Amino acid sequence: MNPAGRQVAGEVCNDCLVGFGVERIRQDFPALQVRVHGKPLVYLDNAATSQKPQVVIDRITRYYLSENSNIHRGVHFLSDLATQAYESTRDRVRQFLNAAHDREIIFTRGTTEGINLVAHSFGRSRVRAGDEIVISAMEHHSNIVPWQILCEEKGATLRVIPVNDAGELLLEEYERLLCDRTRLVAVTYVSNALGTVNPIKPMIATAHRRGIPVLVDGAQAAPHLAVDVQELDCDFYAFSGHKLCGPTGIGILYGKADLLESMPPYQGGGDMISAVTFEKTIYNSLPYKFEAGTPHIAGVIGLGAALEYVQRIGLPRIAAYEADLLAYGTELLSAIPGLRIIGTAREKASVLSFVLDGIHAHDVGTILDHEGIAIRAGHHCAMPVMKRFGVSATARASLAFYNTREELEALAKGLHKVIEVFA
Amino acid sequence: MSDLRDLYQQVILDHYKRPRNFRKLDEANRKAEGHNPLCGDEITVYLHLDGDVITDISFEGAGCAISKASASMMTAALKGRTRGEAETLFEMFHEMVTGHRDGTADPGGLGKLEVFCGVSEFPVRVKCASLAWHTLRAALEGRNDPVSTE
Repeated sequence: MNPAGRQVAGEVCNDCLVGFGVERIRQDFPALQVRVHGKPLVYLDNAATSQKPQVVIDRITRYYLSENSNIHRGVHFLSDLATQAYESTRDRVRQFLNAAHDREIIFTRGTTEGINLVAHSFGRSRVRAGDEIVISAMEHHSNIVPWQILCEEKGATLRVIPVNDAGELLLEEYERLLCDRTRLVAVTYVSNALGTVNPIKPMIATAHRRGIPVLVDGAQAAPHLAVDVQELDCDFYAFSGHKLCGPTGIGILYGKADLLESMPPYQGGGDMISAVTFEKTIYNSLPYKFEAGTPHIAGVIGLGAALEYVQRIGLPRIAAYEADLLAYGTELLSAIPGLRIIGTAREKASVLSFVLDGIHAHDVGTILDHEGIAIRAGHHCAMPVMKRFGVSATARASLAFYNTREELEALAKGLHKVIEVFA
Repeated sequence: MSDLRDLYQQVILDHYKRPRNFRKLDEANRKAEGHNPLCGDEITVYLHLDGDVITDISFEGAGCAISKASASMMTAALKGRTRGEAETLFEMFHEMVTGHRDGTADPGGLGKLEVFCGVSEFPVRVKCASLAWHTLRAALEGRNDPVSTE
């Protein structure tokens, strides 16, 4: 039982063995009980952000109610308590990613800040004029723009791995792009706009054969796929807490210790130093070297509760349940006249991106909203991939483990309503 | 609860499916581009100004039903009007779609453009309805930078 006296889905494992128990999981999420325009909320915008379970909300409340203090500097009881809660989350994240050391786990504001950290610190110290950075055609703007800024500053070039019509990376082209001038490969694990799961393990191996480090954007993968950074052998892995049932404003950058050791600090300030004089500053050791200033302590502690919650249900079970939902959703949407799914890769996770003949995604979004159905309409912060598929926008339904087949049926019914309005 | 049909009125759907003045205007002496980064709407407004009078107006682009219908009906409403009249109509239109219309407004002043009054119930769609008008203003002012709703 959690402090609010409610049962948490992961606590009763007998039930897990019988079935996924989605109805009880749904009870853990207060926001799923909301009614929209007089109808039950059907929340299918999980790729933008997930809802939060009561245990996460309660944990953040408890921190502010009875543990609030600054970390790493207090000699007093509360500071010690807050520091323990903060640092134990670092260890939980290490376990979540199966990283080798706690000091390889850096708390950031989110995936975007993690990527920017690498671009500033690793990028500025390693990339020179004439060098190249390789990204893919399906990147989110957060894994394009930091590299563009870096390339512009250094006189380096951005190279882009193309995709086929299904939304899969062309791996032969990828191999051809790698050369002596390539300083980094930065690629997404799961595409937020298409749902494609990229074969990052062999891609990392390919880059490593040439001695090129690889950053993986794990923002969309983290809520759906169990990750083992040692097995993948990625050099950096960035993700956000808020897509994984945690609070906004907190994220993780994993980096291999030897790389992080060799990189200069990203931001200067308190906590990232060992000693400061006006002549010289000695930087703190990892991971604190990259955590300047008072961090988002409540966010870190809330993320810890979110990871604990998700781990209790288990990512392998989540992935299996979501695969079934995705297959069912794909079948339902494919039967709708005039609907075209954008992103039909063989390996996909939790994203149904689509266009309707003669009806703009924004109108689809407004009419579905009227039915209580929340989807995303637009370019999904991935304008280049939209252009690749010849559309300016798509409607996107994105799934989480608390969604149901009935909700997908509601989506299909809502889409028939959209067509009816425009008939 | 606001009704969907207040937003998607038949007149609006008709202008979306069969937009009027939807072409490039070869003899234009003013033009401006506008875009709404949020939803990817893009529009180009062409004007032929003779002194102060809009003698011809057209548009091109892609967008949602609200933005395309708004552009179509704007061009239909402005042909033959003066610059000053266009500015006044924009102000009245903007007050209507943002729900800021006070009691003193001339109830008949907007004519057919009144069909967009339902937009005020859908705040996220206000940018869609006003994109064409912002772009028109840029064209009238002879600005070259693309207009953005952000």
